[in-house]
Amino acid sequence: MVFFLTKRLIQSVFVMLAVAFLAFSLFRYVGDPVSQMTGVETSVEDRERLREDLGLNDPFVYQFVRFTGDLLKGDFGYSYRTRQPVAEMIASRIPATLELGLVALMISLLVGIPAGVYTALRPRGFATQTILMLTLVGVSIPTFVIGIMLIFFFGVQLGWLPTFGRGGTVSVGGWETSFLTIDGWRSLILPALTLGVYQLTLTMRLVRAEMMDVMQSDYIRFATARGVPMGRMYFRHALSNTMVPVITIIGLQFGGVIAFSIVTESVFQWPGMGLLFLESIRFVDIPVMGVYLVVIAFFFVLVNLIVDLLYVLIDPRLRISDVS
Amino acid sequence: MLRVENLTVKFPSRFGDFTAVQDLSMTIKPGEIHGLVGESGAGKSTVGAAIIGLLQSPGYISDGTMMLGDTDLRGLDQQEAHRLRGKRISMIFQDPQTSLNPLMRIEDQLVETILAHEDISAAAAKSRAIDLLEEMGIKDAASRMQSYPHQFSGGMRQRVVIALALCTNPELIIADEPTTALDVAVQSQVLDLIRRLAEVRKVGFMLITHDIGVIARIADTVTVMRHGKGIESGPTAQVLGNPVHTYTKQLMAAVPPLDRKIDRFMVPEKDDIVTPSMNSGAQAEAWLLSGTKSDPIGLSLSDIDVTFPGVRTSIFRKPDPFVALSEISFDVRPGSVMGIVGESGSGKSTLAKTLTGLVKPANGTMTLGSADLPGGKTRARKHPSRQLMQMVFQDPFSSLNSRHKIGDILAEPLWLYGLVKDQKERQELCADMLGLVGMPPEAINKFPHQFSGGQRQRIAVARALLARPKILICDEPTSALDVSIQAQLLNLLKDLQKAFGLTVIFISHNLSVVRQMSDDVVVLRNGRIQEKGPSEQVYEDPKADYTKRLLELTPTMPSQWMS
Repeated sequence: MVFFLTKRLIQSVFVMLAVAFLAFSLFRYVGDPVSQMTGVETSVEDRERLREDLGLNDPFVYQFVRFTGDLLKGDFGYSYRTRQPVAEMIASRIPATLELGLVALMISLLVGIPAGVYTALRPRGFATQTILMLTLVGVSIPTFVIGIMLIFFFGVQLGWLPTFGRGGTVSVGGWETSFLTIDGWRSLILPALTLGVYQLTLTMRLVRAEMMDVMQSDYIRFATARGVPMGRMYFRHALSNTMVPVITIIGLQFGGVIAFSIVTESVFQWPGMGLLFLESIRFVDIPVMGVYLVVIAFFFVLVNLIVDLLYVLIDPRLRISDVS
Repeated sequence: MLRVENLTVKFPSRFGDFTAVQDLSMTIKPGEIHGLVGESGAGKSTVGAAIIGLLQSPGYISDGTMMLGDTDLRGLDQQEAHRLRGKRISMIFQDPQTSLNPLMRIEDQLVETILAHEDISAAAAKSRAIDLLEEMGIKDAASRMQSYPHQFSGGMRQRVVIALALCTNPELIIADEPTTALDVAVQSQVLDLIRRLAEVRKVGFMLITHDIGVIARIADTVTVMRHGKGIESGPTAQVLGNPVHTYTKQLMAAVPPLDRKIDRFMVPEKDDIVTPSMNSGAQAEAWLLSGTKSDPIGLSLSDIDVTFPGVRTSIFRKPDPFVALSEISFDVRPGSVMGIVGESGSGKSTLAKTLTGLVKPANGTMTLGSADLPGGKTRARKHPSRQLMQMVFQDPFSSLNSRHKIGDILAEPLWLYGLVKDQKERQELCADMLGLVGMPPEAINKFPHQFSGGQRQRIAVARALLARPKILICDEPTSALDVSIQAQLLNLLKDLQKAFGLTVIFISHNLSVVRQMSDDVVVLRNGRIQEKGPSEQVYEDPKADYTKRLLELTPTMPSQWMS
């Protein structure tokens, strides 16, 4: 198992290196950094000096190594647009996106898993058919339409919930959280719902399919034949056996939620990383885009590592070292 | 104790109700082992499922009574039925690999079952579980109980399954093919255990199996089933030793005996008998003869080792290779049948793969006729052995491409090896070949799913023959088939072998079948040859202890019953 983890860690390093290379190429070759930084009136000599100072004349490999080294030290460079350090800009946006993603994930799990189990156990019931139809609608409608519809009903028509921004946030050790104020929660509900609906339907359908599969298996038939109580059979025996594929997909999806919350963030003007990314695209703010790429890749890698660890926790067969 | 009368189970379908079990009656007394024997589709498992109340939907019991003691099993509502399961009736399934929840410790599964039915403390349940496992023959049960199912071997797992079925002291246990997935040695231990439990604990067993040898060995009474009906019923010695019904007689005749070699099997009459085809396969026979009879060739192996890379568990240490075959040497005489027997994991299938060039041996040489036979990928795509050696696989359901018509499947070797260039001629030859293996020639326009397992295996044999092979490798060709179908296929293989002078390598775990087929035999265990020699000699006077034990433990019928 230690070997398995080490292998995964080494693979992760290579993934991160590849992404860093992409970010570096973006920075170095999409447009000329020097002309991005200077104005029209800068002289040719000044430009050359700047080019030399920035090390842009150094060999390619050397530049890439320096770029990666800077990333590791936490030196992410400066934004072309705001002239602020990119690290600060991203750090100030991470809490908003992470909290949004987490709540969306919670909604999808807390509703999706029970709904999946229910619809698997009563595949022909009226409620099941209704739920399945609704989720089909949920998957088919694009995220931004759901967001706008939610804003229209709950924000505009009913006036119950705010339609943009994070509302009241409290700073806990530099982390701006909306979990500690009622206002913050009120602002969180609509965007989190919007972001979570797709995940929810996916989780539900996956749990349902896996659960129906597991319910046909020999060990469930054997458990039934020896009279294990129904509740225990559904949740202890069947549900835990559906978890490995479900966790894989949820993990991948969570990475996706963090990465692609762009649409939701822009509909709700949610001050997260997605919104920052959109602004950066508009101003061709390449350093920010490059770092965004690296940060998102880091989240993906991290989530997948956690998923791998969870596999081992769930399935004893993967703990190779203790086979007797 | 259990009294079943006129049980009828139906499965409604679009084409009317299908009657899976019809008018079946039986009784099982405490401590009695009642065998339920029949071929696939006879409705044996449905009887078991009906009694324990686990009929697959949409099946339902349309008629009959089922009484367990004073309880009317048909009168129970769902909750009462569920409470009765485990408490009074329990069940053992075929495959111990899949009947335990892989994610839960043995202890949790045992304790939860006991607590579900009895109002005792968790500690008491645990100590009962330990006692029970010890009784089942699992040593050091208190600590072994902490393990997960995958940490037990197949036989141990089946003991755990039996412990689970027993842990609430049920009156009746329905054992559905409890030893079919086990090797003979383990099977024999599990059967002994069942026998002992019936005697000591007075548990009634309903033993569902297709294996008449198993029934003969431990069942007190037996019911023979066919097409959902009870054909014959009574004490085992009477039913099997002196069968009254024709079907029972035919079934008995189809069982290959272990203690002697017979020339041909009696084949039970089938309802769906293959209509004698217009063309007898004469054309195909002549075509094959012109290519094969001329000179049969032999095959020899010397010092073959096959290893597979082990599972890596550390970055620094190279994993130990897994040795699948070690120092395998034997000669197959031209035109003879070489039998290869061994339990699961003995390397039988690896040997077949090595011969066909799917696996490369680490050491050793193979010789085909007088030419050297390269192994693995060093064997060229166009190497003549690829045509000369053909294979028949175990599972006829997955070895034929389900999207190809039978005609296309059969014609493949003809164009692949450039044997028959003309498309029309190919189709004629294929149709005629089907006649030769006892199938109607119209079958060439059908798809594999339209045929039964036995028919598909005939198609597989026909396909192999159309390559005009000199060597036929059969890897467990009959183990997925019922005895009567097996008898037909074995007869067919014998006929073809004789007619075309084929050299056959016949691989099986079933010692009786190998005895019937082979001239010489090799006994494999853990990748090593335990014994080899002319098969009559090996079977009559085995030298290796392992062979002796295998022969002893294989459940058979007393020979006086078989005549």
